Amino acid sequence: MLGLDSKDFKLLLIVAALTMLAPFILNPFPEGSGMAQFNAGYPDLMQRFVIFGIFAIGFNILFGLTGYLSFGHAAFLGVGSYGAMWMMKLFSLNVLPAIAVGIIVSGIFALAVGYVSLRRSGIYFSILTLAFAQMSYALAYSVLTPLTGGETGLQIKSTDNPLLSTIPEGEIGRASLFGLDMRASYEMNAGDWLFTFNAGYYIAALIMLLAFYLSIRIFRSPFGTMLRAVKSNQTRMYYTGLNARPYTLAAFVISGMYAGLAGGLLVAMDTQVGPERMFWTASGEVVLMTILGGAGTLIGPVLGSGVIKYMENILSKINKDILHEWFAFLPDGLEDFIVAIVYPFVGKGWHLTLGLIFMAVVIFLPGGLVQGGQKIARLFRGKKASEDSDEKSTQSTPAE
Amino acid sequence: MAILEVKNVNKRFGGLQALGDVNLSVEENTVHAIIGPNGAGKSTLLNCLIGKLIPDTGSVMFDGQSVLGRKPYQINQMGISRVFQTPEIFGDLTVLENMMIPIFAKRDGAFRLHAFENTFAEKHVMDQAMQMLEDLNMADKRNFHSASMSRGDKRRLEIGMCLAQEPRLLLLDEPTAGMARADTNNTIDLLKQIKEERDITIAIIEHDMHVVFSLAERITVLAQGTPLVEDTPDKIKGHPKVREAYLGESA
Repeated sequence: MLGLDSKDFKLLLIVAALTMLAPFILNPFPEGSGMAQFNAGYPDLMQRFVIFGIFAIGFNILFGLTGYLSFGHAAFLGVGSYGAMWMMKLFSLNVLPAIAVGIIVSGIFALAVGYVSLRRSGIYFSILTLAFAQMSYALAYSVLTPLTGGETGLQIKSTDNPLLSTIPEGEIGRASLFGLDMRASYEMNAGDWLFTFNAGYYIAALIMLLAFYLSIRIFRSPFGTMLRAVKSNQTRMYYTGLNARPYTLAAFVISGMYAGLAGGLLVAMDTQVGPERMFWTASGEVVLMTILGGAGTLIGPVLGSGVIKYMENILSKINKDILHEWFAFLPDGLEDFIVAIVYPFVGKGWHLTLGLIFMAVVIFLPGGLVQGGQKIARLFRGKKASEDSDEKSTQSTPAE
Repeated sequence: MAILEVKNVNKRFGGLQALGDVNLSVEENTVHAIIGPNGAGKSTLLNCLIGKLIPDTGSVMFDGQSVLGRKPYQINQMGISRVFQTPEIFGDLTVLENMMIPIFAKRDGAFRLHAFENTFAEKHVMDQAMQMLEDLNMADKRNFHSASMSRGDKRRLEIGMCLAQEPRLLLLDEPTAGMARADTNNTIDLLKQIKEERDITIAIIEHDMHVVFSLAERITVLAQGTPLVEDTPDKIKGHPKVREAYLGESA
């Protein structure tokens, strides 16, 4: 189906179902209940899930396939955002041209950065990309203020008058898709539950599905095989008449364009951008997402970005009062003690939890959450299935 | 006709004259061995042929064209394939994928952005790769993770990958180094079979005299960066200079 084999097509269908039903899946707890704060089904967060999913999918094409660890990918996200923002300010409030410009600008920028950085590999490549990203951040923050708005960044202002869009007097323009406001939502009440269906989320989700589909195609293509060959043995590549440089550069540009797409979507959903989007911690985050989920796997980066964004937005909201409420049933002394132990891991300390999870994954599941999922699946499958897979595994991993 | 012509090649590393006035010509469709004691300059010479090193002076002509100044992948595209001392294969890939890559390279050249076809739906490439694996008796191992194979199998695969490119000259750098006796004999048989079935020139650098004398039609003896003598295996065996420089008591 769609040029995919049945296994990949099934995966695509599962991802499609999950993203389309996300407003239900992410809101399992009724409104007003104590668990409601774990609901992640509100538009802003759902949008972040899919947008950073795209970012990580693109990063995985570079890192997962070629093994080149870019530590400056947030620069492409930021450049894409600025490009999209200017398109909205000057040309049209329609999100499609804005996103397209974001992709193109990031692609060109990635071509320039990649051309220089890919002269080196390993740690030197990582440092070069990091240097480029930090330069971009510093430029956006200071020298390029007329273009980037400096520290305050860019927003759509009442004085902005895009060429193709008519804005009523005194109103501030809003991002839309042919008149459909990105912030438009339909809310559905079902008993105590409240489900929100947001236009922006569904547009971003459809684009993510397309991006995911393209990444499967790239993974399964001869180009994808060549990229894995780059990771595996560049010497053999060169002595097989292949030039690894254009392959790595193409992968770099493609993943830069994915980042630009994500950047453009961020602006389309929330019409503002600031230089902090390009800061090195943002570059590090996408590395974490990809490794946490499983570098080189198809679905891993999406899972990784979901976990990290969930923790960033949900775990970080648990404060001391909420903890006291939870443990109120305990005797006072014990309650304080437990809260004191748990508190560093939630709220502002959520990074600590993330760090511990990350370490555990890297040590025990080098293949990321995907490997964990495979292990669990193997446990649950009956004896018959395990016999089948034994047969397969003996074929793919023979004795030395 | 000489397919490979090395003329007056010199190469210095600092104070060390690694190669001094090397002249060598490899005739088409022969197996030509280059032997010599450690440090004789065999590997340096080989590296000059494939673009890894550039000689200080002299010329290296392949089929009438100079290889000097060309990048390794360009020299490979001229028709020279190299087998390394330690097998260089794509360890993360399966045996079949390993075999498909040189066939893609032959079809598409140094780079092609074929990002939307399916690797295993490329029937022509797939058929050629499977045919090659069958010739090597490795078809049953096609889904093996190639890094997990024995050294002999890795070597077999590497030679097969080089052959899949249909090169005119196959360079082998100590192809049986570090191999068990059985694997060594298998490799010799494979090379003999290749020689019988194809129009191919083979240049081989080797320490193992058993390998050299089972395969070579011409032998060049290199000592201290200079060719000492070039002749047929029978004559080399009895040559006094060679005994002195290389074979020693063991001959």
